[in-house]
Amino acid sequence: MTESVRIEGLHKSFGELEVLKGIDLVVDSHEVVCLIGASGSGKSTLLRCIDLLEPIDAGRIVIDGLDITSRGVDQNAVRRRVGIVFQAFNLFPHMTVLRNVMLGPREALKLGREEAEARALELLGRFGLADRRDDYPDRLSGGQQQRVAIVRALAMRPQLLLLDEVTSALDPELVGEVLNVIRELAEGGMTMLIATHEMGFAREVASRVCFLDAGLILEEGPPEEIFSHPKEPRTRQFLERIVQAGRL
Amino acid sequence: MLGGGETSGRNVWIAVGSTVLFFGILTIVVVRSPGWPEIKQQFFNGQEFKESFPLIVRKFVRNIFIFCVAEVFVLLFALVLAVLRSLPGPVFTPLRILSAAYTDLFRGLPTILVILLLGFGAPALNLQGVPVSPYFWAIVALTLVYSAYVAEVYRAGIQSIHPSQVASARSLGLTRWQSMRFVILPQAVRRVIPPLLNDFIGLQKDSALIFFLGLVEGLGEANIISSGDFNFTPYVALSVIYIAITIPQARFVDRLIARDQRRRQAGGDL
Repeated sequence: MTESVRIEGLHKSFGELEVLKGIDLVVDSHEVVCLIGASGSGKSTLLRCIDLLEPIDAGRIVIDGLDITSRGVDQNAVRRRVGIVFQAFNLFPHMTVLRNVMLGPREALKLGREEAEARALELLGRFGLADRRDDYPDRLSGGQQQRVAIVRALAMRPQLLLLDEVTSALDPELVGEVLNVIRELAEGGMTMLIATHEMGFAREVASRVCFLDAGLILEEGPPEEIFSHPKEPRTRQFLERIVQAGRL
Repeated sequence: MLGGGETSGRNVWIAVGSTVLFFGILTIVVVRSPGWPEIKQQFFNGQEFKESFPLIVRKFVRNIFIFCVAEVFVLLFALVLAVLRSLPGPVFTPLRILSAAYTDLFRGLPTILVILLLGFGAPALNLQGVPVSPYFWAIVALTLVYSAYVAEVYRAGIQSIHPSQVASARSLGLTRWQSMRFVILPQAVRRVIPPLLNDFIGLQKDSALIFFLGLVEGLGEANIISSGDFNFTPYVALSVIYIAITIPQARFVDRLIARDQRRRQAGGDL
């Protein structure tokens, strides 16, 4: 297997607050790695750093052999190859679904209108959104909006997809449709790094699970091992709280 | 309106009654005051109004021309100022300072001073290629002053767009400028249309200041007629013109604001 992402000694602070305290992580191509951990453990920040949405303080991030944190790297080129989907969807409210999806291919990849539109319509069709192409985001349900956000990221044909708690802002009955999309992507071999609170889903879809605690990866391994026989007491505590809350 | 049919019907009648009563009393007080016949003769002379109104309207066309052209340039120039000031990153610090200094300067200067300084100063330079037309300098002066205000309006709009929208755009590989152009500005401009129109109403009223450049526009014409006839009614006629063009715009702004409010309450994002 080839390496998709290699993260070494990643540190990130917001002012006095150190959010990431030395993250080391390797994700291979076609691997699905789930990041679990309490709110504030640094999952989102880690994903944002990988997409260069936050400047890092120390360490390096290598994607497909390129150190994207070194000087002189074309950051826009990196972002074109890495997709990210946010918790709050962040669709562009002044554009229709189709234009939301076409914007990146048209302006960042410089595709022609026809090619970009064909690509967008193919993806919208695949995820059951074809009849929504001319709607504005505020006419869609949360689940539909999040699926459009995933399609928007996929339209860039990313080599790596980052998913930042993409179901946390959804009503419970809408979570399933979004998880189905991710499941389908995983089966298709998409390399994904997923921050999630959906433990059942992580267990099912992940090739590896990392438990983040206070800015460090405390424990990582296959889902069975992490969920059934966690080694670290902090991991056990976290999972027990999740079970008590009825989420596993 | 809240309340059922009968209550709201009664409320309408109460509103009409109290309004008629209030303005009725006000009119009686004014009309029965000792100085009223004199005031009526000097300010509300029907004959004078009828004669001066069409003449003033004809010259007011010049105001309309000047403020319309100025508004177009304000829209563009203010947008440039606001975008410069909103550029992120340390490289653009000089541009940000320049834009901020400009806005401070022209918001601090009385409009009439800018009009006088440019209108009389610039042509007096006798430089080749510098226009001497007072129209030109009137438009320049109004554009300079009002761009400072409108730039602040735009900037408020730009800052009101949530940073997650920028993150979203940048994550697709769009450049800073592309994010500004395709994602931030279209949303920001839509949000600031009501305050922007308010500033335009101010600009239209301030078009009367170009009278001081000796240009015979609405106020100039009213002034000429007034001093010829020893009567102030032409000024009232001009006031009627100004009110007739600004009030519909003010109502239009109110409607836009109300519409935005309804949308926000409905959960929309715009």
